[in-house]
Amino acid sequence: MNAPVHIDVIALDRLKVGTRARVVGVDWPALEGGEACRLKHFGFEEGVIVEPLHLGPFGRDPIAIRVGRMTVAIRRRHAGAISVSPLAQ
Amino acid sequence: MNPLPLVAVVGNPNAGKSALFNALTGARQKVGNYPGVTVERKSGRLLLADGRPVEMVDLPGSYSLEPASPDEAVTRDVLLGNQKGERQPDALVIVLDASNLDNHLRFALQLIELGLPTIIALNMVDLANRDGLELDPTVLQRELGVPVIETVAVRRRGIAELQAAIDDMLSAPVCGVHDRVKSDLIHLQRRAREIATAAVVSETPVRRWTHRLDSVLLHPIFGPLILALIMFVMFQAVFAWSEAPKSWIEAAVAWLSNAVSGALPSGLLRSLIVDGALAGVGAVITFLPQILILFLFILLLEGTGYMVRAAFLMDKLMHGVGLSGRAFIPLLSSFACAVPGIMATRTIDDPKDRLTTILVAPLMTCSARLPVYTLMIAAFIPNTRLAWGVGLQGLVMFGLYVTGIFGALLAALVLRRGVLKGSGAGFMMELPKYQWPPVKDVLIGLLTRAQIFLKRAGTIILGTTIVLWALASIPQAAPGQKQSEVSIAGHIANAIEVVVRPIGFNHDISMALLPAMAAREVAVSSIATVYSIDSPDQPASANKLEDNLKRRWSLATALAFLAWFVFAPQCISTIAVTRRETNGWKWPLFMVTYLFALAYLAAGATYWIAVAAGL
Repeated sequence: MNAPVHIDVIALDRLKVGTRARVVGVDWPALEGGEACRLKHFGFEEGVIVEPLHLGPFGRDPIAIRVGRMTVAIRRRHAGAISVSPLAQ
Repeated sequence: MNPLPLVAVVGNPNAGKSALFNALTGARQKVGNYPGVTVERKSGRLLLADGRPVEMVDLPGSYSLEPASPDEAVTRDVLLGNQKGERQPDALVIVLDASNLDNHLRFALQLIELGLPTIIALNMVDLANRDGLELDPTVLQRELGVPVIETVAVRRRGIAELQAAIDDMLSAPVCGVHDRVKSDLIHLQRRAREIATAAVVSETPVRRWTHRLDSVLLHPIFGPLILALIMFVMFQAVFAWSEAPKSWIEAAVAWLSNAVSGALPSGLLRSLIVDGALAGVGAVITFLPQILILFLFILLLEGTGYMVRAAFLMDKLMHGVGLSGRAFIPLLSSFACAVPGIMATRTIDDPKDRLTTILVAPLMTCSARLPVYTLMIAAFIPNTRLAWGVGLQGLVMFGLYVTGIFGALLAALVLRRGVLKGSGAGFMMELPKYQWPPVKDVLIGLLTRAQIFLKRAGTIILGTTIVLWALASIPQAAPGQKQSEVSIAGHIANAIEVVVRPIGFNHDISMALLPAMAAREVAVSSIATVYSIDSPDQPASANKLEDNLKRRWSLATALAFLAWFVFAPQCISTIAVTRRETNGWKWPLFMVTYLFALAYLAAGATYWIAVAAGL
């Protein structure tokens, strides 16, 4: 039973540190070509589990996010283009 | 004659590719550039068990064959046989980070599709085990259809096995090399995940070391404090640790010039060797210990993975002035030397972001300024201990570095609002696992730097010093006249002096400014040469540069001189590399103009304020 009745979808930049979530969509047109390419390289795509780990000291930007087994840093603005659905803790 | 077989080492960034390359080829490496582009080409030679040589080339780290940066484009072009100045490799060694297979296998699958003979080095298995991850290389080997060798490059584990596998691979027949890859990224990523999952024997959830360290080092409050502390310790160490080795080199140079003075009759030849070559080059090589200490810190920060964390911490601030955290690494490297720093800007994808970084990089205090700073501080700033073991001299040094940094940030801000207006670039970086870099790799890095510095001391600096000696010695002064006033150099300096007199610069400085265009540290050797020529009867040991300075310069002049060197673009190499990296004279000329203007204003302001304060 892994299909919940109601799915909360939020932008990745609003996900709390330490909360795991599944990527449900990426707004590719909102990103520039190189940025989109790099996000794909990092493995951001539908179905992947992500978890914000650390926030930058100034303006809580950038965000360090675990994606798969990697930790990557992206800016808040780019995280905003990724929608996720938080997993039950 | 058949060329040597060419084997390319290829893999994702942070897979430990360079460490593996070092382990395979040892210290004998050639570092150059690919023609037409500004991407570094690193090659070396591997000897197989029976003594046959193989040429190895370390390709820039890439995430896939679809390039997102100039470096990645070179990797793709070399692999497809389209890169000028490089033949297509005969075989590949793909380096994978064992603890990051889901991501790294995607690129590996793309590479295997090329059809070249391939071996996989499953690297950093120790770090994967540390994180509670057990892998089965035979599963990988079966799924991928190529040999998989487990390695820990930094401990040289698995290197012999890898060499044997390279040997086998090169003797096997090759069939069907493709010139492109058909599968799309999404498909490859799915397949990569499947294989990665299949290869996992067991996974024990453990509190990961890297995560624990990051909780402190990337902490919103402690993180920036620790970064500031590391930088402060770094600059204090550059001063404190170098004292002893510096005095040994000074003693050696003094002994040598005494020996030459004793052996040769007084005359032009003796003056050339003692006052020209030894005084000039000797003054500069005493700074070798400081330069090596600085590079030691930079190599350690890079090798441990901390440098990327520093970029993470600084990104928002850098973004505020229109740069990205990615610019932090080139700018931090510019503390060693702006030339590699400017070359490191190639990792910045956005062209305006990159150009801004190049233009402000010379404001970072490079190691060539150290000789100038150290000399001035030693001569004019009292060696008082303030509280907690912090010295006043170190504090002034720190202040000079900080001034450079703020100058750079301000310049970036103005450039981004003006000539380089445009949207802010992105910041996307992988945070690699922390690890201790192998001593050998650090030593190779230090050795390369020492060679570059000594080569400069032996060529550019020796050359300019001798020319300056000639200009300063001819024509000979009559008794009662000062040599530095009568000589050709004296007349050139008189012309420069007209311009720099208002900002407190004296005749000595005017004489040093022109040769210091070759390299900043030449300013020190120039001044040393001038004083040495002016007082030929003093033995070298009594002719200490610091004492001479203290006698001849006011404190206000010394401070103005320091302020000048924070900003002035006195380095032909930097101007040349900027021309190469920006493909034209427009930006280097712009850079030289705005930096000289800043230098003039800063030195002037310092001088006028110091004089007004009664210094």
